[in-house]
Amino acid sequence: MKDKNLFEQVMSRREEILDKALGIDYSAYEQEGLAFDYEKMMEECAYSLEDAVKIQRENGVGSTPLIELKNITALARKYAPKGKGARILLKDEACNVSGSFKDRRASISAYHAKKLGYEGIIAATSGNYGAAVAAQAAKQGLKCIIIQECYDSRQVGQPEIIEKARKCEALGAEVIQTTVGPELFFESLAVLEETGFFNASLYSPFGIAGVETLGYELATECKEKYGKYPEAVVCTNAGGGNLTGTARGLKKSGATDTRVVGASVNLAGLHMASDHDFNKKSFTTGHTGFGIPFATFPDRSDVLRSAARPLRYMDEYYLVEQGEVFFITEMLAQLEGYERGPAGNTSLAVAFKLAQEMNEDEILIVQETEYTGAGKHINAQMSFARQNGVELKFGDPSTSVAGKNIILPDKLSDINITNVDLDKLRASYLKTMLNNYDRKISDLTNVEIQYLQDELKINKDKLDKLLQTLEV
Amino acid sequence: MIKKGTFVRIEKTILEAEERTSKIPDDTKAVPFKMWTKGILQNDCKMNEEATIITMANRKDTGKLVEVDPMYELNYGEFLPEMIEIDLRLKNER
Repeated sequence: MKDKNLFEQVMSRREEILDKALGIDYSAYEQEGLAFDYEKMMEECAYSLEDAVKIQRENGVGSTPLIELKNITALARKYAPKGKGARILLKDEACNVSGSFKDRRASISAYHAKKLGYEGIIAATSGNYGAAVAAQAAKQGLKCIIIQECYDSRQVGQPEIIEKARKCEALGAEVIQTTVGPELFFESLAVLEETGFFNASLYSPFGIAGVETLGYELATECKEKYGKYPEAVVCTNAGGGNLTGTARGLKKSGATDTRVVGASVNLAGLHMASDHDFNKKSFTTGHTGFGIPFATFPDRSDVLRSAARPLRYMDEYYLVEQGEVFFITEMLAQLEGYERGPAGNTSLAVAFKLAQEMNEDEILIVQETEYTGAGKHINAQMSFARQNGVELKFGDPSTSVAGKNIILPDKLSDINITNVDLDKLRASYLKTMLNNYDRKISDLTNVEIQYLQDELKINKDKLDKLLQTLEV
Repeated sequence: MIKKGTFVRIEKTILEAEERTSKIPDDTKAVPFKMWTKGILQNDCKMNEEATIITMANRKDTGKLVEVDPMYELNYGEFLPEMIEIDLRLKNER
């Protein structure tokens, strides 16, 4: 590095750079202490549901098919107690312009960037979001830069991420690839400052408002076809935006009783910032490495206040193992004819088991699929795992150790889900917030107490109990 | 000599190992933080020498020239007998 102080200099200008690159004055929504007015921010900054639908229709996004997975439902019922086995429906989000639900987020951000007169748009992402931003930038005539964490120090790249780089470049973007590390945020700030482009953050109100249309579509379509809203919707959960946006859309369409279920791949034991662990994992998103930290501290993102706040909406949260998602991905192809995923099928793996616990007359919707192809295909991912010393075998997936092995279920009855104790996540959230804002429990104001209840979807009694556990 | 106007890939070290943030695991801290990008070469240049490029976002950048006419080498991985085994098991379940 030419100027050793550049890192500190750029980081010290963080707030200024982010303000300029997003055009949102977050200070307008700050309340007291740790509280801010989330709903006011969403209302004033984001687009209405109607406007979001209009923007998306003009840009190849949304109105994706909702399909009943009859063969997978039949198979789940074969392993369920009598009378159990909910109908499983799938929203085929791979039909969006760049192949995933992320087009919903990108379409609003790119539209907004164009409207505000930015010359280009930047996103820091290793995932499908890059392709989505590149596609929408192409439609809006904006320049586009995608910054992705891609290689370990041996310069071995995750095949899934390299495929996404290829796709971004195919759609006209410049792709900056880095080695492992959170300094990607520094690089992202430096490029934002250098170019003056718009920050198409995954966590801006625009991005989240874009996903509300997904919740809205699946609720209204289900009601039209089946005469009722779904009993449950399963969302693959990483940064929390998918779940947050979908849940907000469900509420806005009137599906207020629908259970919102989070699903993540269990990567416990692998450190997300470890150079060594980077290529030991077979999922680069939809996993606990994002799902847990972003639930317990949403504002760790690249905006000052994240619009993705999963604990506000999550009713249940389940984990599955890598081998189970791979197996289910192949099941979707072999039994239903949809070659999709794999990361997007995390929610389908949870749904397969969850449906067995629900009644036959109930409806369970899996709210996304993603495109697949060379690099980001289960065969490519499992082959890469084996090359990196990860053992691949059949057995009991519940004995899996991420980074050491991938265990494909020996029997369909071996496909299981692990329930995450939401109260533990809530307690962890509280601890982080109190520390970060330097607040004492005894000093919390009424506004802060109400804010925490809203953030954690709990009443005052429950909040008091959780706060008590922190004092011990 | 690589001619001006060729599509190339460059590499840059953004932070040396000792300049990295302290909040990362030791194995990551032991190696530099690097980046790569692609673009049109602006000067005749030899491999591994300093090159200036204009990227597809019309950005100017400089770094070590590491690849000429960069290609994608993605595939579906090696044959996995486990994939056939999954398919056979699923056929038996129907």
